[in-house]
Amino acid sequence: MSHDHDHHHHDHDHSELSETELRVRALETILTEKGYVEPAALDAIIQAYETKIGPHNGARVVAKAWTDADFKKALLEDGSKAIGTLGHVSRVGDHLVVVENTPQRHNMVVCTLCSCYPWEMLGLPPVWYKASPYRSRAVKDPRGVLAEFDVTLPKDTEIRVWDSTAETRFLVLPMRPAGTEGWSEEQLAELVTRDSMIGTGFPRTPGAPS
Amino acid sequence: MNGVHDMGGMDGFGKVEPEPNEPMFHEAWESRVLAMVRAMGAAGAFNIDTSRFYRETLPPHVYLSSSYYKKWFLGLEEMLIEKGYLTREEVAAGRAMQPGKALKHGKFDLANVERVMVRGKFARPAPAPAKFDIGDRVRAKNIHPTTHTRLPRYVRGHVGVVELNHGCHVFPDTAAMERGENPQWLYTVVFEGRDLWGAGADPTLKVSVDAFEPYLDPV
Repeated sequence: MSHDHDHHHHDHDHSELSETELRVRALETILTEKGYVEPAALDAIIQAYETKIGPHNGARVVAKAWTDADFKKALLEDGSKAIGTLGHVSRVGDHLVVVENTPQRHNMVVCTLCSCYPWEMLGLPPVWYKASPYRSRAVKDPRGVLAEFDVTLPKDTEIRVWDSTAETRFLVLPMRPAGTEGWSEEQLAELVTRDSMIGTGFPRTPGAPS
Repeated sequence: MNGVHDMGGMDGFGKVEPEPNEPMFHEAWESRVLAMVRAMGAAGAFNIDTSRFYRETLPPHVYLSSSYYKKWFLGLEEMLIEKGYLTREEVAAGRAMQPGKALKHGKFDLANVERVMVRGKFARPAPAPAKFDIGDRVRAKNIHPTTHTRLPRYVRGHVGVVELNHGCHVFPDTAAMERGENPQWLYTVVFEGRDLWGAGADPTLKVSVDAFEPYLDPV
């Protein structure tokens, strides 16, 4: 390949490049040479994904909902709008729906068709979320899937699976753990796991190792 | 299309395998692929529905044996070729051989980065009143388009209840095929697990999909 735009890679000393890696590099070279993209802008996208989004955003929203009844009400009515009022959380797109776990109902989110996920709130989805076992089984055997996350629900708890088939995105509001009375939002946010906001886990309990 | 991407209810894929402390990317090239897809989409080379369709149309054996970002890469490359943004000769040579085609929103540069970090807006003004109310029973149509659709096979033909109305949204079935946004009402429709999976299914299970009005018939 003769190209002048090998800016990202010449500092690495790869003795062997996979076929895919070579093809990806070639595509980036072509897109750059044709004037479609600026490689520095691609770097900036990656950096933004790596630094600005992540489950800490969702955790702050959940912790706020656990401590502020008015916010919780607004959040369940219109997730995007309510989160938009929190200046410190990353910007969120439209159509975010927040669904509440209760003793009677456990919510779980999947995208059977691809990988739709509330990434502004949770970061990029983990591999398992995008892979065939979860996508195929979540809608048919959610208790079996939950067992693989070491999650067991009471047998009469309703399980509601939300298949994200459109541009709506779903975030689970897990139940606040017992023993956290009087905790601050910041303390509570530490208990909120990514999986608890997908519905494949519970928040940490006080005193448990993180 | 009835592709392997439409996985809801399939058996045989094995256990879910969560990876402790999973990195955001497993290989550096995965991040370049993600960035290229986001950048070229934001520049107007394609919409999100078209990009999904190109991944779905990968041959089934390729779809199932490729990693997530490999699918993204293969879909991106083919889509850009077919839409005239690059040629097979250029891909083979690994360099540009002719000038680029004009992009709807121009070159993707640093000034555009912030824009891609917020999800797009898909709500559109309603061309007609909604046909269904919350609480209505509806049947998911038994349709099998060979083009892009977001109605999964496992709900087709089944009766569910309208639970939420999300307003009018871009209709992926036409947008993916570049036949216009054609906004349609979008509902969350909830189904009983036993209606979908038979009498032996978990009695506590309910499954919802977000279904566009053209996917639904009144019951």
